[in-house]
Amino acid sequence: MEVTLTVNGSQHSLEVAENTLLVDLLREHLRLTGTHVGCDTSQCGACTVHLDGRSVKSCSVLAAQADGAEITTIEGIGSPDDLHPMQAAFRECHALQCGFCTPGMIMSAIDLVQSSDDLDRRAVREGLEGNLCRCTGYHNIVDAVLRAAPQMK
Amino acid sequence: MYQFRYHKPATLEEAVDCYQSAEDGIYLAGGQTLLPTMKQRLAAPSDVIDLSAIDRLTGIEVTSDEVRVGAFTRHDEVARHEGIRRRLPVLAFLAAQIGDGQVRNRGTIGGSVANSDPAADYPAAVIGLGATINTNARQIAADDYFQDLFETALEPGEIITRIDFPVPSRAAYRKFPNPASRYAVVGVLVADFDGRIRVGITGAGPCAFRGTALEVALQGNLNSAAIEGVEVPDVGFNNDLHASAEYRAHLVKVMARRAIADLVG
Ligand SMILES: Cc1cc2nc3c(=O)[nH]c(=O)nc-3n(C[C@H](O)[C@H](O)[C@H](O)COP(=O)(O)OP(=O)(O)OC[C@H]3O[C@@H](n4cnc5c(N)ncnc54)[C@H](O)[C@@H]3O)c2cc1C
Ligand code: FES
Ligand code: FES
Repeated sequence: MEVTLTVNGSQHSLEVAENTLLVDLLREHLRLTGTHVGCDTSQCGACTVHLDGRSVKSCSVLAAQADGAEITTIEGIGSPDDLHPMQAAFRECHALQCGFCTPGMIMSAIDLVQSSDDLDRRAVREGLEGNLCRCTGYHNIVDAVLRAAPQMK
Repeated sequence: MYQFRYHKPATLEEAVDCYQSAEDGIYLAGGQTLLPTMKQRLAAPSDVIDLSAIDRLTGIEVTSDEVRVGAFTRHDEVARHEGIRRRLPVLAFLAAQIGDGQVRNRGTIGGSVANSDPAADYPAAVIGLGATINTNARQIAADDYFQDLFETALEPGEIITRIDFPVPSRAAYRKFPNPASRYAVVGVLVADFDGRIRVGITGAGPCAFRGTALEVALQGNLNSAAIEGVEVPDVGFNNDLHASAEYRAHLVKVMARRAIADLVG
């Protein structure tokens, strides 16, 4: 089937099998490998991208369901010379170790900041419930989100 | 995931036709239960019928005595909706505790109620508030709807279109969340309709049910001391790696007490 969607600002029309997942469209068809697959069972959030501005686990969305949608991946939010405030805050706060969870963590954190009024440490931890990190213990991730939040307003 | 044919009908009638002409069709809403199930090959439908383009399944209507939620409404939308937060805050509060942010951005109320997972949250509200399930064919009262493990009164191919929740004078929901998934190990919703008490329980048994003994004890006496002497037998309760039946029976009273405390302080 044909799927037409906008990814990081550019439109693509792709021929995919009906059972293609959004994450496979991104990684295999568009070679956007910044979006990771951790569990493939909707638990870990490593595959989080934005679909029409809201965070979703792209391993639990069919490419067909994203037809006509706007997708933003980690590749679409900043560049090495011009990091998104959330990316910069993750670097400054040492909010990553192996980095595997980081793309999903950052995409969730951006949605969390954009859709919340007041965030405190507890609200950030609860807001990142859908993202698992095996390395950091979350402490510095919470620091990073709270550092980036005012800069994004 | 096995291969299947994908359809995206624009009307309810087309969706039902599509289901009937399929060899083994299944409806797709938010996909947060169905897609993981298909990936594990626990479901292998021949045809997946996406309900997302059907206008009649969307929309929220808030009146003075009822909150009507279209089946395709995502959990996050219920959690944030101004009218629901004002008129039926317990429903917004419940929706905000489902799973995690990404799941709430995709999952729908119709999908949750159709699926009837024993540990799902919405069924506690459907039962506790005495909601009406509207389908393409009829209306089903909450008390007749949940039947057994993943089993409801829905006929094959029947589509939930809207769920109507009566507005109580006050209501509260408390759950003991599974620490990983946030599903309810046990969840209890206590509602007071001008002195008439309803108690909806999820997580404990194969499907959501009314806590009739608790209701009787609380009638005209809405405080936690009133349920002190109520026995909650664990017969037929879920017994799995998350909790034993006995522990779940204990949690029913703990969650009920917490919900009552939210209501009467
Ligand atoms: C990590 C994770 C954590 C979760 N935690 C919780 C939690 O804490 N509490 C909780 O309650 N749930 C939880 N869920 C489940 C989540 O709420 C699902 O969104 C919900 O159970 C199913 O809704 P859906 O829209 O995704 O339905 P789908 O997965 O699309 O469909 C589920 C079933 O319902 C049928 N169906 C869908 N819509 C209709 C309709 N309108 N009429 C008739 N049949 C229909 C489908 O055919 C399918 O059989 C969790 C899920 C995940 C992945
Ligand atoms: S890979 Fe999608 S949630 Fe883990
Ligand atoms: S930094 Fe390694 S999993 Fe999070």
